[in-house]
Amino acid sequence: MSLSFAILTALLAIGLLALFFGVVLGFAAVKFKVESDPLVEQIDQILPQTQCGQCGYPGCKPYAEAIANGDEINKCPPGGDITIKKLADLMGVEPKSLDAAHGQEDIKKIAYIREDECIGCTKCIQACPVDAILGAAKQMHTVIADECTGCDLCVDPCPVDCIDMLPVANSSSSWRWDIDAIPIKQIV
Amino acid sequence: MQNSFEDIMEKLDNHELWDFPGGVFPAERKTLSNQTPIGKLAIPARLYVTVKQHIGVEGQIIVDVGQKVLKGQALTKSMNPFAVPIHAPTSGEIAAIHKHVSAHPSGFPELTIEISSDQEDRWTKLFPQIDYQNQPTMQVLTAICDAGISGMGGAGFPTHIKSSPKKDIDFLIINGIECEPYITSDDRLMREHAWQIRQGIDILCHLLKPKHVLIGIEHNKPEAIEALQVACRENTNYRVCIIPTKYPAGGEKQLIQVLTNREVPAQGLPVDVGVIMHNVGTCFAIADAIFSGKPLIERVVTVTGEAVENPGNMWALIGTPVSDLLAHCNYKQTGQNRPNIIMGGPMMGFSVTSDLVPVVKTTNCILAPTDNEIAGNNEQPCIRCSACADVCPASLLPQQLFWHSKAKELDKAQDYNLFDCIECGACAYVCPSEIPLVHYYRIAKSEIRVEQEDKQKSDKARERFEKREARLIAEQQARDEKHRLAAQARKQAMASNGNTAKDKIAAALARAKAKKQNASIVNEKPIDPTEVTLADKSVQEVKTDESNTSTKAASSNQRVQAAITRAKAKKAAAEVTITQTELKNKINTGQIIENKREIKHQGNDVKFASKQASEVKMKDQADVNHSLHTADVSPQPQKQVITDSKQLKITTAVAKAKAKHEAQKIANSQDVPNPVPAAKVNSPQTNISVEPAKTQEQQIDMKKRRIAAAVAKAKAKKSAQIEATSKKDKPS
Repeated sequence: MSLSFAILTALLAIGLLALFFGVVLGFAAVKFKVESDPLVEQIDQILPQTQCGQCGYPGCKPYAEAIANGDEINKCPPGGDITIKKLADLMGVEPKSLDAAHGQEDIKKIAYIREDECIGCTKCIQACPVDAILGAAKQMHTVIADECTGCDLCVDPCPVDCIDMLPVANSSSSWRWDIDAIPIKQIV
Repeated sequence: MQNSFEDIMEKLDNHELWDFPGGVFPAERKTLSNQTPIGKLAIPARLYVTVKQHIGVEGQIIVDVGQKVLKGQALTKSMNPFAVPIHAPTSGEIAAIHKHVSAHPSGFPELTIEISSDQEDRWTKLFPQIDYQNQPTMQVLTAICDAGISGMGGAGFPTHIKSSPKKDIDFLIINGIECEPYITSDDRLMREHAWQIRQGIDILCHLLKPKHVLIGIEHNKPEAIEALQVACRENTNYRVCIIPTKYPAGGEKQLIQVLTNREVPAQGLPVDVGVIMHNVGTCFAIADAIFSGKPLIERVVTVTGEAVENPGNMWALIGTPVSDLLAHCNYKQTGQNRPNIIMGGPMMGFSVTSDLVPVVKTTNCILAPTDNEIAGNNEQPCIRCSACADVCPASLLPQQLFWHSKAKELDKAQDYNLFDCIECGACAYVCPSEIPLVHYYRIAKSEIRVEQEDKQKSDKARERFEKREARLIAEQQARDEKHRLAAQARKQAMASNGNTAKDKIAAALARAKAKKQNASIVNEKPIDPTEVTLADKSVQEVKTDESNTSTKAASSNQRVQAAITRAKAKKAAAEVTITQTELKNKINTGQIIENKREIKHQGNDVKFASKQASEVKMKDQADVNHSLHTADVSPQPQKQVITDSKQLKITTAVAKAKAKHEAQKIANSQDVPNPVPAAKVNSPQTNISVEPAKTQEQQIDMKKRRIAAAVAKAKAKKSAQIEATSKKDKPS
C-alpha cells in the first residue's frame, strides 16, 4: 500500500514538474522567439560581400545560409584563406584550402569602364550587384570606384568589352609597412 | 583619480618630477650637429611641395602650371577645418603638378607641386596681426590656419584645431625635449630664437588660457634651458622644467606623465586630462605667422651622421629635396656599403627611397649614418628574456605583441593593446636577439587598419546589395500588380464587350431573319413585270455563248494590261534594288555626308517609285474604268470584269507593297550601321550649325567609325562565343 502510494506520489510529482517546465518552455519559445538564424548573420559578417557568386550562390547571404546548413566553407575566392580561417573558427571545423573549382584568390581589383568605347547599353548596370555603375541608356557609363567590390560580374555582359578589371592602386594610406627597421647600435 | 592642479604645482615648486615606466639610454650623439649655428641653405633650383603634409585632408590646388608665384603665396585652399594650406617656399614658376616621391616610408608618389625658383625670393604681401590681443580669438586662429601651421614635432596635427579646445586647460606644455639621438634642430632653435618661441607661447596662452605653462627641456641641453629661462623671466606663469634625459621622454604621453603624473587614456587626447602640448618649433612658427605674417615655409633640419662631413642644422625651405641638403653638408658615401639616408631619428625614422624626397613640415632630421653606427639586421629567435617589457614606456607586453603580430593573430594583438604602442623603438633597441619589434607592430597595425577599412567597405556593399534586392523585389511586385490590374481591366472589358457582342450577334441574326422574311415576302409579292423581265434578261444573257466569248475577249485584254503594269512595277522595284546596293557600297567607303545626300536621293527615287506605282495604279484604274466602259458596251459580263479589275488592284497593291518594302530596306540599310545616330547625327546638325561644318563632319565621322567599330567588336564577340560553344559542343 505504502509502496504503491509512494510510487504514485513520485510519478505525480515528476509529472507535475514536467508539465510545469513544459508550459514554461513553451511560453518562452513563443515569447523569446528569435526570428532569423543568428549563425547566418555571423557568417554573413565574415564573408567579404563582393556578391560575386563565385561560390555558386547568388550572393554572400545565400552562401552564408548554405554554410549554416552544412555546405563547405572553402568556396569563397575573394575572401581567401583569412575568411576560411575565420569561418572555421566560427563553425568549429578544420580550415581547408580554397576549393580551386570556384576560382583562385586574386589581388583586389575594381572595374574600370573605358568611357570612349562605352555604347551606353546599360547591361553592366543591370549586372552590378551593388549599384556601383552610373549611367543611362545611350549615355556613357562609369564605375563608382569606392563602391565597386570587384566581383567581375559586369565584364561578361558588356557587348563591346570595354570594362577592365584593374588592380587597386597602392597608396601610402593603404600601404603595409614592409621596410627594414633601422636598429641603432651603441657605439662607445 | 588624476592629480589635482595644486598637488602638481606644489611638487613642481619643490623641483620634483614624476617618471614614466621603462625607457632606454641610447648614445645621444648630439654634439655632432649642435656645435654650429643654424646655417642657411641656398635656394634650390627645384622645390617639391607635397600637397598633403599633415594628418587630416588635403586642400584644393588653386594654382596652375606655368603660373608665377611669390614667396609665401598659398597654393591650396580648403573649407574643411582639418585642412591647412601649403605655400610657395620661394618665388618662381609652377613647373608641374604631378605625383612625386613622398616623405613617407613607402615612398609612394603623392600629389606634389613642383616649383622652379627664380632665385629672387620675392615675398608676397604679408598681413601681420601685431595687436593680436585685441583681435577676436577666431581671427587669430584663422591666421594660424592660413599660415599652414601643423604640429612640427612628428604627427603633424593641425595647430589651429589643437588650439581651440572645448575644455578648460590646466597646463600648456611646450615640448623641447628632443629625446631622439642625433637630432638637435629644436636644441639650436631654442638657443638662437628663445625670444620668438616665448612670443609664440604668449599667443598660445592668449588662445588657450591655461592656468600654467610648463616648458619641458631635457637636462642635456643646458644652453637651451638657459636661453628659455632668460626669455621667460618676466612671466611668472611660465616655468622651464628640466627633465632627466631618458628616451622617450619626448613622447607626448610620457612627458605629460613626467610633469603631471596624469595618464592620457587609451584612444584619448591630452586635452582629456586638461593638458595641451605644442612643440617649440610650432611656437616659433606661430610667432612668425602672427607678428610678421609669414606662413610656414621653412624649418630647421638637422643634417647629421658620420657619412656627412659638415653636419649641422639648416634652415631648409619646405619642399627642398634631400639631395640639396646632403650636398650642402658634403655627404660622402665612403662609410656606407649602399646609400642609406634616414629621414627622422634613428629610433623612429625611416629610410628614404630616393634622394629627391622633399623636406616636409614634420621633417626634423636627415641622418646619413656610416655602417658602423647602424647595426645590421641579424634577427634571432626570441628568447623570452622580457627585456622589452621592462623598457616599454607604455607598459605593454612587447613579447606577446610580437608573437601575435608575427602569427597574424591580429585580434589577440589588439587584445594586448597594440594600438597603445607609440612605436618608440625602445623594445627593439634593447632586444638581445635584434628583433625589429616595432617593424612587426607597424605591419600588424597597418594590416588591422586595412582590415577595418575592408570591413567598412563590405558593410557598405552589403547594405547596397540588400537595398538593391529590396528595390528589385519592389519593382517586380509593382510590375506584377500592374499586370494583374491590367488583366483584370481587360477581363472586365471583355465581359462587358462580350455582352454587347452577343447582343450584336443576336441583333445581326434578327436582322438576317428579318431580311429573309422580307425576301420571302417579296417573292410572295405579285410580280412586277419590268423587274421580272430585267432579271430574266440578265439570266438569259449570262447564259448565252455569245456573251461568254465577248467577256473572254474583254478579260484577255485586261490581262495583257495587268501584265504590263506588273512588268512596270517590277522594273521600278529592280531600279530601287540597284540603287540600294550602290548605297550600301557607298556606306562602306564611309563617306557619310555624301551618302546622306545619296540617301535623300534614294528617298526621292523611292518616292518616285511609289509615285510610279501610284501612277500605275491610277492607270490601272483608268484601264479598269475603260474596260468597264467597254464592258458597258457589251452589257453582260460585268461580273468577270469586276473580278479582273480586282486582280489588277491586287497586282498593283503587290507592286506598291514591293516598292514600299524596298524603300524600307533602303532605309534600314541606312539605319543598320547606326540605329542610334540616325537621330543623333541629325540633331547636332541642326543644333550646332554655327560650328564649322568640317569639324562637325569629322565628329560625326569619328562617332560613326567608333560605333561601327563597336558593332564590329560585338559581332566578333558573338562569333567568338558561337565558335567557343561549338568547340565545346564538339568534344562532348
